[in-house]
This record gives sequence, structure tokens and C-alpha cells, in this order.
Amino acid sequence: MRHIISVLLENEAGALSRVSGLFSARGYNIESLTVAPTEDATLSRMTIVTSGSDEVIEQITKQLNKLIDVVKVVDLSDGDHIERELMLVKVRAIGKDREEMKRMADIFRGRIIDVTERDYTIELTGTGSKLDAFLDAIDRTAIMETVRTGASGIGRGDRVLKA
Amino acid sequence: MQLTGAEIVIRCLQEEGVEHVFGYPGGAVLFIYDELFKQSKVKHILVRHEQGAVHAADGYARSTDKVGVALVTSGPGLTNAVTGIATAYMDSVPVVIISGQVPTHAIGQDAFQECDTVGITRPCVKHNFLVKDVRDIAPTIKKAFYIAGTGRPGPVVVDIPKDITAEKTEFSYPDKVVMRSYNPVVKGHAGQIKKAMQMLMSAKRPMIYAGGGVILGDASAELTKLVKLLGFPCTNTLMGLGGYPATDAQFVGMLGMHGTYEANMAMQHCDVLIAIGARFDDRVIGNPDHFFEQPRKIIHVDIDPSSISKRVRVDIPVVGNVRDVLQEMIRQLQAAKDKPDQAALKAWWEQIKAWRGRDCLKYDRASKIIKPQFVIEKLYEITKGEAFVTSDVGQHQMWAAQFYKFDKPRRWINSGGLGTMGVGLPYAMGVQLAHPKSTVACVTGEASIQMCIQELSTCKQYRLPIKIVNLNNRYMGMVRQWQQFFHGNRYAESYMDALPDFVKLAEAYGHVGIQVEKPADVEPALKEAFARKKDLVFLNFITDQTENVFPMVPGGKGLSEMILV
Repeated sequence: MRHIISVLLENEAGALSRVSGLFSARGYNIESLTVAPTEDATLSRMTIVTSGSDEVIEQITKQLNKLIDVVKVVDLSDGDHIERELMLVKVRAIGKDREEMKRMADIFRGRIIDVTERDYTIELTGTGSKLDAFLDAIDRTAIMETVRTGASGIGRGDRVLKA
Repeated sequence: MQLTGAEIVIRCLQEEGVEHVFGYPGGAVLFIYDELFKQSKVKHILVRHEQGAVHAADGYARSTDKVGVALVTSGPGLTNAVTGIATAYMDSVPVVIISGQVPTHAIGQDAFQECDTVGITRPCVKHNFLVKDVRDIAPTIKKAFYIAGTGRPGPVVVDIPKDITAEKTEFSYPDKVVMRSYNPVVKGHAGQIKKAMQMLMSAKRPMIYAGGGVILGDASAELTKLVKLLGFPCTNTLMGLGGYPATDAQFVGMLGMHGTYEANMAMQHCDVLIAIGARFDDRVIGNPDHFFEQPRKIIHVDIDPSSISKRVRVDIPVVGNVRDVLQEMIRQLQAAKDKPDQAALKAWWEQIKAWRGRDCLKYDRASKIIKPQFVIEKLYEITKGEAFVTSDVGQHQMWAAQFYKFDKPRRWINSGGLGTMGVGLPYAMGVQLAHPKSTVACVTGEASIQMCIQELSTCKQYRLPIKIVNLNNRYMGMVRQWQQFFHGNRYAESYMDALPDFVKLAEAYGHVGIQVEKPADVEPALKEAFARKKDLVFLNFITDQTENVFPMVPGGKGLSEMILV
């Protein structure tokens, strides 16, 4: 089953490699991994999307907690949470496709953030499945390039992850 | 007063009460060695290979409750140390390894003797640090000792670039460490312990399975008391030997791949199992699916939450320091009105006695060729069971574990998790330095001993009177045994051709060598060797080439599917 795990860890050189090294050493899946410093610059927050049986997920959270740099670990999938991913898509936009591309971006609440005579770069935010849906909705052959951040997640309401 | 980074390193070691550092100098640690030279509190032991340095520090730590310390240079110094670090990591031994690094401005430039120490050691350390500012040396070393020795112990590497050891700053050693990201648990949850005790009381066929956590947690007195109060059978893992007195009637021997028939059968057929500081690894329970064919309830006490429910699902987990948990169990047991079901327990002991009657460790005592088991039995007799025994890895290790009855903790020093050939001699050095007046025996084989044989030179330099018991069967015995059982007797590369004359080799290093070829000479030779209190004696026993270790649970098989002699 798919799980989305949030990790608060010391913002130190090498902390990321400790986490990624743990996943590869123990054979755990990483679907995506995002990390950036928090409002407290001494801490980083990481969101890992992974999958595995309940036993594997239990081991993943225990092994993450065991890393000396890790302050807290929460499996967001245990409760209500929100997740978002950012995607930038560069699409060919010439002739009548130019108007069609703009319309599709509007429908998916995307924004065109760069324009040339021949292409648009569209910024789109949402769950991973929404981003997938956008790519499915537009003309595949028009896609020149995509880049995605991987999911970031946060608990809803009182579910707060703090040091 | 301003001190250099190198002076600070040594001052930190002094503050930690470090008496011995095992190491090997090199370019990146020259400033540190210069400071070592100028003082006398911290004694440096010069090994002949960095692997030996870490093993010796590891053995030192295993035989005491101190943190072992090794000091190596950058690049090859560190890469040579990696086997030692991984060995300590797998067996959760507290060791601090200080490594030199190329100067900060040269890092990443493929400089001479540069390697990514933090990257290379990351998967086999509890934690590691690269110190980039001289002001960080003292707090980092403080943290390193704290992390290595607390919680589930383990090795910690502190990598210090050469320029940082030359820079100066004010020195003050922190009194304590506060880390928001590292707060190891101590006390077990009282409610969980209560549930565990209730489950133990309800048992008809109970079994106590105790591992290396009991040794590392200095909890063997508590374990012994609890086992005595309950009247239950107790087994130890390879790492746990000495955690419960082996000569006691309630001890059923070691369990696992080469465990006793009675221990393995009792594990398989018990209805309530309590695991204490043990981790259900593949060499202990064999095939987990087969293990679960028999229903049983499992209580698991461990300081590391990730050890619980890793390989087997447990019913009552208790996370905590083994000693604290056992003390609480004893307290609750003494206050409780309930007692274990005596009638059921009596029947269970009858069953265990019947299994014991199988005499699974028997061997041919009338043999005209020296049997390795016989050597260990005589070693046990002559040292009155009081020696520190280190071993290498292989058949000799299993025979030592089976036939030397350890009554005390921290007397049996071997590489259980990683199974590192070559540890025996450097382990013995660390142990002998930690216990200069004690008898230290290194049980080894002609294959293992050659992996760190250069340390005979270190032993000479520091006059370490270790007794090397070499069970020389001219084969990599355990490899040969597997090839015999599972690979159609094809002894691929397991034959030790062109062996050195070990007696002459020992003599070349300035030690005493004794060749023993007949069973009748075993006892006199051992007596002579142990009477030489000041000498290292290398006993070369020419043993039966094709002797096998029994019982044996073949890989992938269940505990009760042993091959018996």
C-alpha cells in the first residue's frame, strides 16, 4: 500500500544521504522524496512516498526514527492529510493548439509562466493523480518536457509535526 | 588558553577516561600523533594493520563496559578499518573511531589518501561526523562517545581534516549532551511488563531466550535471578553466552544453527517464549515459516524498537533497557501471588530431559586423531572455565561456543553478526590490555588466523601473553562442511595448501610455538602453554580434517530439522 511519510530531521550535510542510503540498503521503495529547510533553519522536512506491507512500513518508520539526525517521523497516511505536488510542463503551442493548450491549463487551474512563439511552460499543482490527469488530457505529442517535485504532505487540522 | 585541534582531540580522550587507543599513524593524523607523544595518560597501541586496530578496540569494549577507541589515518587507513567497523556495528559494540581526513580545502579534489569517509562508513556505523571547524571537535567527540555507548550501542566515526587539527581555539569539554533527535529509551513500559508477566505465568511450556543484549546491557545478574525465580529453561544465543551461567541445570545450551538439540526443540515446542536482548536472526530460528508452524506466544524485550517484529511478529513488545526491564519483572514477580503452573513445568522439564538424553554434542573420544571438541574441553578444564576466550569464525568458533561453558558475561568474544574471519587475535589483544592479569585464549583455525597474523608483532611489542589455540585441520572447515553436505563433496578452494610452519612463524615473531599432533599430548601442551604466564604461546593442534559441527540446522530449514551426529 502507498504511504506518505513526513520526516523532520537536522538540517545537516549528509542527512539526506542517510535517509536515501537507509532505503536502498534495506530494499525499501522510494516513489518520491522531497526535502527542504523549514521555517526553523536548523531543521529540514522531508516527505517520502513509499509503498509496502504494514510490516515493511512499520520497519521503515522504526528505522527512520533510529537515524541519529531524525527528530520526528509521522506516517501521514495514518490520518487525514493533504498532499500536493508541483509540475512544470513545457508544451508545444503553435497554431490552433495554442488556444487549446491555454484552455486545458485553465481547466486544471494551471498557470502559464513562460511563453515563447512556439511553446508554453505551464505550472500545475495538485495531487499526483491530478498531474497525471492533466498529462493524459493534453495531446501527448505536444509535451516537450516535464519536471515534477514529488509530493509534499501535511496533516489536517490539529495534526502538527513540530520538533 | 587556546589549544590546537590535535591537542583538543587528546584532551577529549583524557576527559572520557580513555586509557588505550588502538591505531596506526599516517599523514592526516600527524598532528594528533604529535600530541599523543607529548602526554602519557592515553596509551597508544600500535597495531600492524588498521583492521586490527578496530577489532582490538572492539574486543576491548566487549570485555569491559567501556567504549573502545581506534585512531586511523585518511584514505587507506580508514578503508582498512571498515571491516572492523562493520563487525562492531553488527554486534552493537560501542567503539569510537577517529580518522584523519585530507585538509578541508583538498576535500573533493581526489587528494592523496583521500576517501569519502562519511560516505563509505555510513551504512555500517551508528552515526558518523565530519568535523569542519576546530570549535566543533570537543562537542563532536563528546557526542560520539555518548551515541556509541548509550541506547543500542554501536560504532561512531569522527572524521577530522588535517588543517582542523592544526587550528586553534579555546578548549572546554561539555559536561553533558543534549540532542533533540537522539533520546534512547531506558525504562520499559510498566503496563507491557505486567502483561508479559501474566503471559509468563500462564505458560505450560515456557522458554527464555536471551541474547547479546543481556551482555551489552550488563544484565546477566538480573537474568539469572529471573530465570531462577521462574524455574524455566534458558538458552543463550552465540552472542549471549555467559549471560546465563552455562553450568547451571536450567541452561539448555546455545540455540540456533549449531545449537543443542534440547535448546532448539524447546524453542520450537514452547508455548510462551520470551526473547531478551535477542533478535530472532536467521542463524537462530532458521526458517521463520517453519518456526510458526507451532503456535506460541512471544514476548520480546529489546532496547531497539526496530528489532521488534522485524523477522517475527511478537505478541507483547517491551522496548527498554534489558536490565531495567528485568529488574521490574523481578519486582513484579516477587510481589505477585500467582506462581507458574508447577505441574505443567515439571512435565515440560521431563520432556527437555528426554531431549537432553539425545546427547547431541557427543563425539569420538577414543579417536587417535585429535578431535577439536576435545581440545576445547581440555582448554575449559585447564583454564577452570575462567579464561577470556576470543574466537575467529568457522567450525572452531562453534566448537568453542558449544564446549567452553561460560558462567560469566563478557568472557566470550567473537564476531556473531558479521562473522568476520581474522578477529580472534586482535580481539585477544584488546581483551588482554583491558585485563592484563587475566588468562586470554584465542581459539582459531589455520585459515582465520592468517587473516590478521601480522598482529603477532603487536603482541610482541606490548608483551601480550595470549594463548593461541589453533585448531588446524588444513581446511576452511565450515566451508568444507557445507560443501560436503550441500555441494556434493566438491571442496572448491576450501583446502588450505601451502600452510606456514606455525611454530616457526610464532618463533619468528619472538613467541613460543608448540606443535601438538596426538590426543595424549593435548593436555600437557595446554598446561605448558598456560604455565608460561609471560609468553604468547601459539599452540598448533593438528586436528581431524573431516570433523563436522553437529547439530546443524541447514539453511532454510526449521529449528527441529537438525542434522544430528
